[in-house]
Amino acid sequence: MNKNIRRSYIINALAIIALYIVFIVLIQTKIMNNYMVGIAISTCIMIIMALSLNIVAGFLGEMALGHAGFMAIGAYSSAYFTISLIDAGVVLPNLILLILAMIVGGVVAGLFGIIIGAPTLRLRGDYLGIVTIGFSEIIRIFFVNFQPTGGAAGLKGITRLLNFNNIFWITIVIAILIFTLGRSKHGRAIISIREDEIASESAGIPTVRYKVLAFSIAAFFAGIGGALYAHYQAFLEPSKFSFMFSIEMFVIVVLGGLGSLTGSIISAIILTVLPEMLRGFAEYRLLIYSLVLIVMMIFRPQGMLGRSEFSLTKLIDSLILRKNTKNPVDGGEI
Amino acid sequence: MNLFLQQLINGLNVGSIYALIAIGYTMVYGIIKLINFAHGEIMMFGAYFAFIAITSLQMPVWVVLILTMAIMAVVGVVIEFVAYRPLRNAPRLSALITAIGVSLFLQNLALIIFKPQPKVMPKIFPEMMIHIGGIDISSTTVITIVLSLIFMVLLDLFIRKTKQGRAMRAVSEDKDAAILMGINVNRTISLTFALGSALGALGGILFSVAYIQVYPTMGVMPGLKAFIAAVLGGIGIVPGAMLGGFIIGMVETMTKAYLSTTWADAIVFGILIIVLLFKPTGILGKNTREKV
Repeated sequence: MNKNIRRSYIINALAIIALYIVFIVLIQTKIMNNYMVGIAISTCIMIIMALSLNIVAGFLGEMALGHAGFMAIGAYSSAYFTISLIDAGVVLPNLILLILAMIVGGVVAGLFGIIIGAPTLRLRGDYLGIVTIGFSEIIRIFFVNFQPTGGAAGLKGITRLLNFNNIFWITIVIAILIFTLGRSKHGRAIISIREDEIASESAGIPTVRYKVLAFSIAAFFAGIGGALYAHYQAFLEPSKFSFMFSIEMFVIVVLGGLGSLTGSIISAIILTVLPEMLRGFAEYRLLIYSLVLIVMMIFRPQGMLGRSEFSLTKLIDSLILRKNTKNPVDGGEI
Repeated sequence: MNLFLQQLINGLNVGSIYALIAIGYTMVYGIIKLINFAHGEIMMFGAYFAFIAITSLQMPVWVVLILTMAIMAVVGVVIEFVAYRPLRNAPRLSALITAIGVSLFLQNLALIIFKPQPKVMPKIFPEMMIHIGGIDISSTTVITIVLSLIFMVLLDLFIRKTKQGRAMRAVSEDKDAAILMGINVNRTISLTFALGSALGALGGILFSVAYIQVYPTMGVMPGLKAFIAAVLGGIGIVPGAMLGGFIIGMVETMTKAYLSTTWADAIVFGILIIVLLFKPTGILGKNTREKV
């Protein structure tokens, strides 16, 4: 580990801790009321969803429009798991229960990712997009008809396990995991498929295996996101996981910049907080949202950050130390 | 047997509407490789326009049909000009997001203008029952099917026989070569949007008559299903969209009649997935090998 990398790790760790302290102070002094904390928690869940979708849409470069389906699987399986665990009389601390629920949701969704990904990933582009829509709609219709999880009326009585403390750190851990995935050998293999599938295949990369791997990892994290959602809302309803919700997540990823994880984080924050801030405009809210979307895409089609990452270290370098950095926003850690 | 025949007619009815809408998707995709998500909303606005023209302005049916199609053709061209043309050379996903944005915009505009409550679409065609061999067919059904077929044949003739149609085929085959041959690509794309939107508007009117309702989100599900129909037939291929539309309509009607109403959509999606797994470019699509 060379000196620069260690320095950027320290800077980022300090920034995260500072951010956490700011939030805790804001919550303790009641400047952030419950409603705002709620928005912060939903934002964290959307960040996890956007990051996981970025693995398929950004790293792998495939048009996956069925992310809500994996989220639904994770949400329902984990909720069903905790409900039956509590019914069976098992008493566990909240944190352990939440972690177990996340593992169950993630693993089940990841398995479905393999099952769905293996046959469909030989399709390309828009065909893949429509098939993923198809699968996620089938999943939704399944939950509408499946009585053990409440059917169309929804699943009630899920224990609420989420608060700002644990979701903040869970989001950080998942973000770090996905960042390191992108820089690992496997991540670079996945990115090489996006750049040129034929070239990477001739370089000896088993493209089919890596495609399925990327798809199932994305599904795994989406399942975790679903588990978190279930244990925050304490109520699940199939209509939430509709086609429009998948589109919403896809919009976040494209707006942030395909392949840019920091872009996904920033755009997830903006696109979750902005509609809440526009609540005053009531019926004009979505009209403004859609206009922002169109204008943004016309003037900045590559998304906010394009493919580059926002780097705190480089920002500090260019701001305070005024070092001659060639490329202020390229590469680097969170 | 009679029930089956009855359902067959119903399937044709729904299928012809899906086919009309699917043509719009497939034409636009064929020419600029864009999934025009706003197409479902064009269909919805067409239905609303016809609703207003009939209930408030008391226009005769034929005027309503032609006027609605003409106006929605203009709307389609305007959408292309404002939202899609600036992104002609941008990454395809950006254009897709713009299309989603336009779709959301139109939907919410409709929510503000027309309010969310569904309105009852009057029966705009002369109403009577036709008895053939023990089954009853309403004249609306017959008119829907005949009207759709007429417009599909007209479109097919237009694409195959006229100079403009040939230009459209040329642009969808190879845009750059078409420019070199002196084809006005921008005008051809506008024409494609105009034709697609006009047919979509007709589909919207027929859909609202068949389901006796108009509401701001009515374009979403039929739009999605028509898009599936276009993919099923092989996106970019006009006869494929027609075929796909009839298949989807027939499958949906038959599952609703014989299997289950709640699972009908899932079965439609399931069939799409199975077909694509065996024929990755749709029923009529050609499989092209990728070359280095």
